[in-house]
Amino acid sequence: MVNGLEKETVKKATREGYGDALLELGKEYQNVVVLDADLAKSTQSYKFKETYPDRFFDCGVAEQSMMGTAAGLAASGMICYTGSFAIFATGRAFEQVRNTIAYSNLNVKICPSHAGITVGEDGASHQTVEDIALMRAIPDLKVIVPADYYEAKAAVKAAAKIDGPIFIRMGRPKIPMIFNENYEFEFGKVLKLREGKDVTICAIGIMVGTGLEAADKLAKEGIEAEVLNIHTIKPLDEEAILKSVKKTGVVVTVEEHSVIGGLGGAIAEILGKRMPSPMEMVGIKDTFGTSGSPAELINYFGLSSKDIVAAVKSVLMRKA
Amino acid sequence: MKREELESFLKEKARILRRDIIKMIGEAGSGHPGGSLSAADIIATLYFYHMQHDAKNPSWPDRDRFVLSKGHACPVLYAALAECGYFEREVLWTLRKLGSILQGHPDMKKVPGIEISSGSLGQGLAAANGMALASRLTGRDYKVYTMIGDGESQEGEIWEAAMLAAHYKLDNLVAFLDCNNLQIDGPVCEIMNIKPVVNKWRAFGWHVFDIDGHDVLQIVDTLKAVDEVKGRPSMIVAHTIKGKGVSFMENVCGFHGKAPNREQMEIALKELS
Ligand SMILES: Cc1ncc(C[n+]2csc(CCOP(=O)(O)OP(=O)(O)O)c2C)c(N)n1
Ligand SMILES: [Mg+2]
Repeated sequence: MVNGLEKETVKKATREGYGDALLELGKEYQNVVVLDADLAKSTQSYKFKETYPDRFFDCGVAEQSMMGTAAGLAASGMICYTGSFAIFATGRAFEQVRNTIAYSNLNVKICPSHAGITVGEDGASHQTVEDIALMRAIPDLKVIVPADYYEAKAAVKAAAKIDGPIFIRMGRPKIPMIFNENYEFEFGKVLKLREGKDVTICAIGIMVGTGLEAADKLAKEGIEAEVLNIHTIKPLDEEAILKSVKKTGVVVTVEEHSVIGGLGGAIAEILGKRMPSPMEMVGIKDTFGTSGSPAELINYFGLSSKDIVAAVKSVLMRKA
Repeated sequence: MKREELESFLKEKARILRRDIIKMIGEAGSGHPGGSLSAADIIATLYFYHMQHDAKNPSWPDRDRFVLSKGHACPVLYAALAECGYFEREVLWTLRKLGSILQGHPDMKKVPGIEISSGSLGQGLAAANGMALASRLTGRDYKVYTMIGDGESQEGEIWEAAMLAAHYKLDNLVAFLDCNNLQIDGPVCEIMNIKPVVNKWRAFGWHVFDIDGHDVLQIVDTLKAVDEVKGRPSMIVAHTIKGKGVSFMENVCGFHGKAPNREQMEIALKELS
């Protein structure tokens, strides 16, 4: 088993990992600066604000200005973390991220929260299902989607050591822990969480836990699923994915994001090129979100462990 | 209607809206009471007195339009639409629930009377500009009303749209600024100061009014005065109290986006009875 893997009963949100990591980074690095856009409580950057008020700047409800300011700070030697909701950081400020931050290859960490449909009651206007697609398409921008609190915290800390722009996707809901504080985040490496020979389940973010749950269910029916946590979507650890698919022959991707342009798209791109294989995608099926509780929406949009089990069965039928 | 009658009529409507806001958000268990309550007197004056509209014919081409740019305050708008008869009152209690037409932020595809979907701050004013421009092309003589927040005023697109409205002399466009002095992270003047906001809008070429956003007769008079403004858009800077009408919500930042619990709901409804 992977070092640092643990079942805990407490639940925490990935955004809490962001808030706690910033506190540690503030202590370790004098040049870590944090920006927010009137959402410091939601993103959890308020903790940094309280502890290091001189290195925190609220930019107001002005995400574009925040990204530009971050670029300028980074160009002046700062390691700059920015928070907002994922829809506004990647949507409203897309072109500031693309042109002023990424094109300049500046040391800005874009770590917005409230990604995906588990935003819940706020509804479609606030639920990004396309942020990974947007960020993944930008050259030189690295993309990370943490699976739980500990992975989020570790990734945010690791990002300080990696020079250049990084997008890290945080979520709103409290979710079960997969890891513990000994977890060592390895940027750019696929993390195998469960060994299996029948099917490869590639999962990201809050769906990693659900993927593991589905694998448990499948095991009871005699189907051995290999579960890969693809925490780094870009650059993608192609060899590790191909190695698994070579063994199992079929793939199911699982993400709280549109099936267009996200994890499903990324895996299809490499399989199509290098190892064409039957594939099913569990994700948002090219539709906008809607209001509802996160738990209801998980079922409504077909993102439950039952849906993963069904996808696995359907992909197995196509196995040569 | 005599002035005193009009005043008590609109105050009563605003009270109904405020009660509905509390009940809706309380039932939903989430939502934005603060900015809904601060806007209630303006919304009441627009929907129950000033605007030309027809709940039985929501797509009447000559109707006046209202765009809620600060879309998170939609409970006040939903309450007004229900009170006007755009949909059944019972629908109000489905706010934010799975399958409801009343989404957490307004969806024009679902709700009769919603002119444009909003919720992402900064975008509504530009959409209102488009509607105001369209009236020139269609030759229809309607007005477009919109409301932005003071926190929302920090968005760049607001000022891009401000420039466009003045450039095209959109005198059929009337914007309200719900100046309740609070945003999410704190007071607007501490988070990102927008003052002197009256001068800013004047400098952008708008005709600016500076009023008390809870004085319904002042709102009525200002809307009448706006009709005399020719050749430029009008901005009504309305000074309001966030959470207005509920003692423990007034000027409390924490009630920007937090629902009252059962007990708080009961107290609030009592205060609004
Ligand atoms: C583009 C965008 N950024 C951030 C948010 C999140 N948000 C919702 S309300 C709000 C504060 C708005 O303050 P204000 O305009 O003053 O609203 P009011 O006080 O009237 O409620 C923020 C930042 C959003 N909805 N849209
Ligand atoms: Mg405000």
